[in-house]
Amino acid sequence: METRESEPLDVETIREDFPILQREFGGEQVVYLDNAATTHTPDPVVDAIAHYYRHTNANVHRGLHHLSQEASIAYEEAHDELAEFVGASGGREEMVFTKNTTESENLVAYAWGLNELGPGDEVVLTEMEHHASLVTWQQIGKRTGADVKYIEVTEDGRLDMDHAKEVITDDTAMVSVLHVSNTLGTVNPVDELADVAHDHGALVFVDGAQAVPNQPVDVEAIDADFYAFSGHKMLGPTGIGGLYGKKHLLEEMEPFNYGGMMIEKVTYEESSWHDLPWKFEAGTPVIAQGIALAEAVDYLEDLGMENVQRHERQLAAYAQERLAEFDDVETYGPPVGEERAGLVAFNLESVHAHDLASILNDFAVATRAGDHCTQPLHDKLGVAASARASFYVYNTRDEIDRLVEGIDAARELFA
Amino acid sequence: MGMGSDMYRQQILDHYKNPRNYGEIEDATFTHVGENPMCGDEIRMDVKLDEDGETIEAVAFQGDGCAISQASASMLSGELRGRTLDELDEMDRDDVTDMLGVDISPMRVKCAVLAEKVAQDGAEIYLGEKDDISRTTTEDESDST
Repeated sequence: METRESEPLDVETIREDFPILQREFGGEQVVYLDNAATTHTPDPVVDAIAHYYRHTNANVHRGLHHLSQEASIAYEEAHDELAEFVGASGGREEMVFTKNTTESENLVAYAWGLNELGPGDEVVLTEMEHHASLVTWQQIGKRTGADVKYIEVTEDGRLDMDHAKEVITDDTAMVSVLHVSNTLGTVNPVDELADVAHDHGALVFVDGAQAVPNQPVDVEAIDADFYAFSGHKMLGPTGIGGLYGKKHLLEEMEPFNYGGMMIEKVTYEESSWHDLPWKFEAGTPVIAQGIALAEAVDYLEDLGMENVQRHERQLAAYAQERLAEFDDVETYGPPVGEERAGLVAFNLESVHAHDLASILNDFAVATRAGDHCTQPLHDKLGVAASARASFYVYNTRDEIDRLVEGIDAARELFA
Repeated sequence: MGMGSDMYRQQILDHYKNPRNYGEIEDATFTHVGENPMCGDEIRMDVKLDEDGETIEAVAFQGDGCAISQASASMLSGELRGRTLDELDEMDRDDVTDMLGVDISPMRVKCAVLAEKVAQDGAEIYLGEKDDISRTTTEDESDST
C-alpha cells in the first residue's frame, strides 16, 4: 500500500472529487458536518459504480460467460481488499459482505447468539452502545434467556475499565463494544477489553462503524473475534457493510440467511453449505456496492489512514476549542486533547437541539440532532437530544467557523 | 439567512418564550399527555368544557421540548377556546400549520402536531371513543413523512 505518511491532507484537491460540496442552499455553500451519519461519495467511487453497470454487469459465481467471470473476480477480490484494509490476514474467507454494520451485528447475534446462548450466559455491552448492538443483543437475550449487562461510562465519557473487569466474568459469553462512540467520540481500548474477555473465555464483537472510516484498524492486533463496519461511512455506497470474523468461528457458525449462492449441494431433504465467506451471502449479493467499496478503500489508502485520522482529530480539537469559548455550550465526551475521534456532540443551553439543527440548516450547515441511536446514553447524560458535528477528509476549519456563526445566530434568535 | 428560516418567525419565538395558558386547570374536564420519544418533546393538555359538555371553555398546557412543539401548544391553547369537541376532532395537520403560519419542514411536522394530537386523543378518551392510553406519541406521524 502506498501512503503518504505524516502529510497533511490536500483538502482543496480532495474537495474537487466531491461535487456535492459545491451545492448551495439559500445562496450559501453547504457545510456538511454530518459525516458520522454518512459520508459523501467521491467521483472515482461513483465512476466505479457506473463503470460496473456500463461494462461489467452480470451475476456472480455461477456464470460461465465473460461478463460473469469479470464480475465474479472483481467482487471476490473486493473481499480480499477489505480484509487487508482491516488487517485480516485470512483474506476473503474472513470477510463477509453484509448490508451495513447493523446487519453484521444481527448476523452474529442470530447465527451465533441464538445457537450458543442460554440461561446463565451473559452478554456484556457498554452504556455508550449504539442501538445496532444494544437492541440486537437485548432482544437475543430475551429469546435465549441470557442476561445483558453494561459496562459503565465515566463522567468524562470513557469506559470504566475497573467496572469492565467486574462485569466480565466466566459467565460472559460475548462482549460487544463500540470501537469509537458515535456520540461521545471516545476511542475505546478494545484491545484491552478483548484481553479481559478472552481471559474469561468470552468472544468479542467490535462495532467499528465509526473507526474503520477514520483511523487505521487492525483486527488481529485488537484480537477481535468479530469486527463490523459500514461502507457508506467511508466514502462507499449505501447498502454494503462488512463483517470480519475469525475463520474458525465463521466455519463453526450456522448460516444467517438461507437460499441460493450460499449452498454447496442441495437435495429435497438436505443441504450443505458453500465455502467462506459465501456461506453467509445468500442470494444475489451486493456486487456493484462491493466493487465500489473496494474503490473507496483505494481512495482512502491513497490518502493514508494515518493522515485521515490526524486531519479529523485536528478538526475535532478545533471544534471543541471554538465551542469551549461559550459558557452556554455543553460538549460531551472526553475533553480537548484527549484521544477522541472526529466528532463533537453538544447542546446550546437555551435552544433545543432540533431547533438548533434547523437554524444551522438555514445557514446551509448540515448537522445531526437527536439521540444518535444512543437513547439510553442520552438518558444518562440527562438530555433528550444533542446536536452533533462530525468531520471527514474534505472538511476545513473555515467550515467549523461557519458552524460557530450559526450557533451564534441561534443564540441571538432565542435570546 | 437562507431558506427555511421562516420556521422561526417572531410569532413562534414569542409563543415559545412567553407561552400562553401555561399551567394547569384544577377542575379540568379531561387531561392528557403525549410525547415525541425521539425528540423528548412532552406536552400535557388540560381541557375544561362548558356546561353544554360540548364547547371548550378553557385550555391549559405544560410541557418541555423544542420551540415548534411548545409554540404550537401555546397557540392551540388559545385557538381551541370557544370551539366544540367536534371542531377539535376535525382538525388536521394543515390546520396546525395554518395556525403556526409558517412552513414546517417534513422532519418537524411531528413536533408541530403533538399538542393537537394530545388534545384530540384526550377528547376521544373522554368521550369513550378511544381506549384509555396513558400517553400519546407522534411516532406514527414521523414514519409517514
